[in-house]
Amino acid sequence: AAWGCGGVWCRAWQRGAGGPSPFLRGQRAAASSARGGAVPVGKSGLAPWVPVVGLEIHAQISSNSKLFSGSQVQFAAPPNSLVSFFDASLPGTLPVLNRRCVEAAVMTGLALNCSINKKSLFDRKHYFYADLPAGYQITQQRVPIAVNGSLSYSLCIDNKMSQMVTKTVRIKQIQLEQDSGKSLHDDRRSQTLVDLNRAGVGLMEVVMEPDLCCGEEAAAAVRELQLILQTLGSSQAVMAEGQLRVDANVSVHHPGEPYGVRTEVKNINSIRFLAKAVDYEIQRQIEELENGGTILNETRAFDSKLGCTVPMRDKEGKQDYRFMPEPNLPPLILYDAKSLPANMNHQQVVNIDWIHERLPDLPSVKRAKLVEQYGILPEHSFALLNEDGLTEFFENVVKQTQMKPKKVIGWILNVLLSYLKQHSLTVKESPVSSFMMADLLNLLEKKEISSTAAKQVLAELWKGEGKSPLEIVKEKKLELIQDQKELERICQAVIDGQENE
Amino acid sequence: QPVAVEVLDHLEQLALVDFRDAEGVERLRKAIQFADQLHEVNTDGVEPMDSVLEDRCVYLREDDVTEGNCANELLKNAREKVEEYFVAPPGNIPLPKLEERETFLQGS
Repeated sequence: AAWGCGGVWCRAWQRGAGGPSPFLRGQRAAASSARGGAVPVGKSGLAPWVPVVGLEIHAQISSNSKLFSGSQVQFAAPPNSLVSFFDASLPGTLPVLNRRCVEAAVMTGLALNCSINKKSLFDRKHYFYADLPAGYQITQQRVPIAVNGSLSYSLCIDNKMSQMVTKTVRIKQIQLEQDSGKSLHDDRRSQTLVDLNRAGVGLMEVVMEPDLCCGEEAAAAVRELQLILQTLGSSQAVMAEGQLRVDANVSVHHPGEPYGVRTEVKNINSIRFLAKAVDYEIQRQIEELENGGTILNETRAFDSKLGCTVPMRDKEGKQDYRFMPEPNLPPLILYDAKSLPANMNHQQVVNIDWIHERLPDLPSVKRAKLVEQYGILPEHSFALLNEDGLTEFFENVVKQTQMKPKKVIGWILNVLLSYLKQHSLTVKESPVSSFMMADLLNLLEKKEISSTAAKQVLAELWKGEGKSPLEIVKEKKLELIQDQKELERICQAVIDGQENE
Repeated sequence: QPVAVEVLDHLEQLALVDFRDAEGVERLRKAIQFADQLHEVNTDGVEPMDSVLEDRCVYLREDDVTEGNCANELLKNAREKVEEYFVAPPGNIPLPKLEERETFLQGS
């Protein structure tokens, strides 16, 4: 049975000098069975802590135009060039809902095992900020489009890829909402520059229950969500371009006691930083509390350079969002095969069943199929899906070679992938095509070259000079000698050489 | 029934209104009293209504790019701009606490 958390605390726990005391061991057992969560240790001898992590994820919807207006959605365009009168919140403008955004949210809800609300509502969430020209954001606070789902993800135990455990985090809800514009702070001139290109872009906010307990779990869950969104096409989910943003709510408490005060951590720009930020914040809270301090219910920003969280300005004090129904938008009604009225205009219909039937294979299904079809290990399937285009490359090589997939996978994951990583290349940019790779592996399979020679050929192919594997083998005389007489002659020459010394 | 000072202070901070004088606060009290008349209606078993549009369903637009590309026009409204960016003060400046600011409520 795997402990709830594969993270640092479990390992530190197990490596503790002399092992855990009988008292703490008992405590740990109780905590684990109660929540299935990790029981990390702070200062030795003190009561253990249970970290609680809940994620709020904003995924930018992949669509041509914005959620409530017809201006274009595009990363990096001249400032304020993708802004309509509505996005700039000019008086007299009204929101008009984009159908594609609704479909994206339904797809995502279905993929995350949610109940889709056939009737959902829009609300206004009020707060003042320069990048929110209307003074409110249109969101779905009361009745969102999807609720009560789950996301399954996998973790490696003990840092080895060979042992994986599947965990689940509950999805509280998914809601449609507007993105805000972007503020650029000019501290020197004491001003903020505002670009509204992003204002009004459609977002899906995925709210998770606080079922996670450490940075590693958070990272794994978000990575899987990212893969799902990319597979669905509902979001391209590239964190570096702000298409996937994660805020972490972190608190710690002693087993059996009520949840502690939580802090919100923002400004996390990659999955790697997410794990660091969460782990840092857990550690910070534990240290603060063990030193007799208290945790403030505040918003903190992750500083990636320093690897720590710091209190965030402009977020002091509790916000009062004064939620109210959005008066300009009637309820959003979705249909399924049963509820669909006969004479509806198709353009006005979003049919949940129609969307469900057309969902692509999710990552977990793709992995299972790869394992079944090619006889590779589960961790291999994870590695294949983790790298864009690698599965396709692998399958193309398998199609073109007699070498068994179980052997091919080693060449793809251990040799090709490490080359790509070393040179920071994507699969698409690989100088070695699947065709060339298959050619090479065929030579190896037919025993025309040795494994060592194959690696040498690959090194040559990597230069991208356009030569085929066979040409390189001939050039460098890497062929395995099959002729018995020739082999005898060489061995004899070596022996003779030794005798002469 | 007068409105509590804490509530008035909260409103001034959030909504950035300034009640300015006793007359302003009294106007608020009268407005609340006027709205409170709604409580006289028996709404037992009646679903709350958000808007008169509640029986309609929202119109769905096709995902086409039909707007935008009017930075010049939009920036005409800007009091200050820097290279096609709107200029705003450096972040929110919260109102000082009740004790520290000059508001009519101070005297209450």
